[in-house]
Amino acid sequence: MEAVLAVAIGVLSASGIWLLLRPRTFQVIVGLCLLSYAVNLFIFSMGRITIGAPPIMPKGGFVDPTAYADPMPQALILTAIVISFATTALFLVVMIAARGVTGTDHVDGKERDP
Amino acid sequence: MNPATEHLIIAPILIPFLAGAIMLLYDDRQRKAKQAIGVAAAVALLLVSIELVNRSKDYALSGGNDMGFYLLGDWPMPFGIVLVLDRLSAMMVFLTSLLAVPSLIYAGAGWARQGQHFHSMFQFLLMGLNGAFLTGDLFNLFVFFEVLLAASYGLLLHGSGQLRVRAGLHYIAINLAASVLFLIGVSLIYGVTGTLNMAHLSSLMAGLPAADRPFVHAGAALLGFVFLVKAGIWPLSFWLPTAYMAGAAPVAAMFAIMTKVGVYAILRIAMLMFGAGAGASAGFGAPVLIAGGMATVAFGMIGVLASQGLGRMAAHLVLISSGTVLAVIGFSLAGGGPALLSGALFYLLSSTLATSALFLLLEPMSREEGGIAAMLALTADAYGLDPSQEAEEPEAGLATPAIITILGLGFGVCLLVLAGMPPLSGFIGKAAILARLMSQYAVPAALTWAFIGLMVLSGLAVLVGLVRIGIQTFWAPDGPVPRVLPLEIGPVAGLVGLILLLTVQAEEVMRYMQATARGLSVPDLYAEGVMEAPRVEDSEPRVETGE
Repeated sequence: MEAVLAVAIGVLSASGIWLLLRPRTFQVIVGLCLLSYAVNLFIFSMGRITIGAPPIMPKGGFVDPTAYADPMPQALILTAIVISFATTALFLVVMIAARGVTGTDHVDGKERDP
Repeated sequence: MNPATEHLIIAPILIPFLAGAIMLLYDDRQRKAKQAIGVAAAVALLLVSIELVNRSKDYALSGGNDMGFYLLGDWPMPFGIVLVLDRLSAMMVFLTSLLAVPSLIYAGAGWARQGQHFHSMFQFLLMGLNGAFLTGDLFNLFVFFEVLLAASYGLLLHGSGQLRVRAGLHYIAINLAASVLFLIGVSLIYGVTGTLNMAHLSSLMAGLPAADRPFVHAGAALLGFVFLVKAGIWPLSFWLPTAYMAGAAPVAAMFAIMTKVGVYAILRIAMLMFGAGAGASAGFGAPVLIAGGMATVAFGMIGVLASQGLGRMAAHLVLISSGTVLAVIGFSLAGGGPALLSGALFYLLSSTLATSALFLLLEPMSREEGGIAAMLALTADAYGLDPSQEAEEPEAGLATPAIITILGLGFGVCLLVLAGMPPLSGFIGKAAILARLMSQYAVPAALTWAFIGLMVLSGLAVLVGLVRIGIQTFWAPDGPVPRVLPLEIGPVAGLVGLILLLTVQAEEVMRYMQATARGLSVPDLYAEGVMEAPRVEDSEPRVETGE
């Protein structure tokens, strides 16, 4: 399972970085989305990979921590998802504005000279 | 302690948050009210931060850096998020509010009208800045960074226009990518150490197993990369000049402190995690900071000489300022000791005030060259402003010869401070750095002399560049005298007055900086203080409910 997760993170971030370096704004935003997926998976893996373990412990009594997943990374991912969703939406608006103002979807606002 | 005074620590975050949220409810026809609320909030912030500075100074001397804490939700340490007030954070919050008041007043002269929700975004920017300075938790730092960045995206685009949208696109893309790296760094550190609390992290550093150390270093390096992007270190700074130049004048004046957030975060994390007590990790990153800082100063110097307009030149001055401070942090981390830092902090204070004043001066100085008129026309076009609103536009102020004198004086003060010439505060800061640098032996002498040479050269370059602009504008004006509103001159005069005050009170301020630097060099005190932060529960008898 570690291998699958590692490959998934690797492929997502490699594609994300490649797209981020492309000259079209749409490619850039898709690249940023892929990168943020990769990062969310990465944060998840930092809480150690467990199967079938709940993150919430019962109240009172003895608690065996090994039977539970670390709740912290899950909380971090939740925050990260919300923030990246909001900033991506904002970026999208700026992209559309740039397309309207400059008349091209090149990231520099003008096509490269041939 | 009186609960009201205890809650004062969170006031720098709550005041702008509430003010900004209230202003969102009204549309921009209520401009006068919004301006009043905005300035009132900024003044309240200033008063609170003065009290906080006094408090961080008044506390009994334990390394000169006693601290106030605010446990959010009263969770015990190290599980909850904590706000920490020490000398450094109090000073940065103070500096933020010092810049906020003049920028807001200046914006009232016309810039706030050039788009939607200027005042709300400005307040949210303040909230993010203050939060980033006060928090003691890495993930919380990320959240506040996002708050201030989201607000800065809006502010940078304020006024619209092709140049701003283009610069904004680059600025947002770079910062989004940096945020991704921030998350990787934070989660890497959490995965290895199991904590996000900076103080807890600091106390864990010395006893870290050798196998785990590289991971923590990698995580910290990623965080450092993100902060250095914000601080504008070369070669991560190519976005900065265009973005700062494109921003509206009051926005650019406030952005002068945005690079300092990066510098602050570097200083805080480096001193806590890689200070002298960090075992095998002590001094990690120092070579990068020294090399990068010196390269940034060199880049900024060449940029100042090459710039044609004052806007681009001012942006490069920001680079020189943050490059100098970063290099000195590097020297201090490499074994130069805390004494070096006090000069750098003083320099940071005075150069931030001066660049901010310069950004405010910039637009009135070049007003008659058609820059502003073209900008306004473009904005009005983009927003389809109706003629009724347009009617209040042509209040451009009085054209008197006195204006040019006041502008010239303000410009002269900024020039002296930024070039580091006596007798103003820029010289004091630079002299303090150089004097300390020459009297320490931890760093190879060749490197020290290279840095000293670079600082002197950069001062010369700044002098040449700014004098050239000054002669063109003030001695050989080819147009009519610019018409400037009192609302625009006032804030500049205020900032210049602050610089003069800083010069007169240099000894007092320097003493504060020395205590700050001493406190930074003893991370154990910070860590212990935070870890033992008292909960409200402990001080009050708890009412037991049936269980």
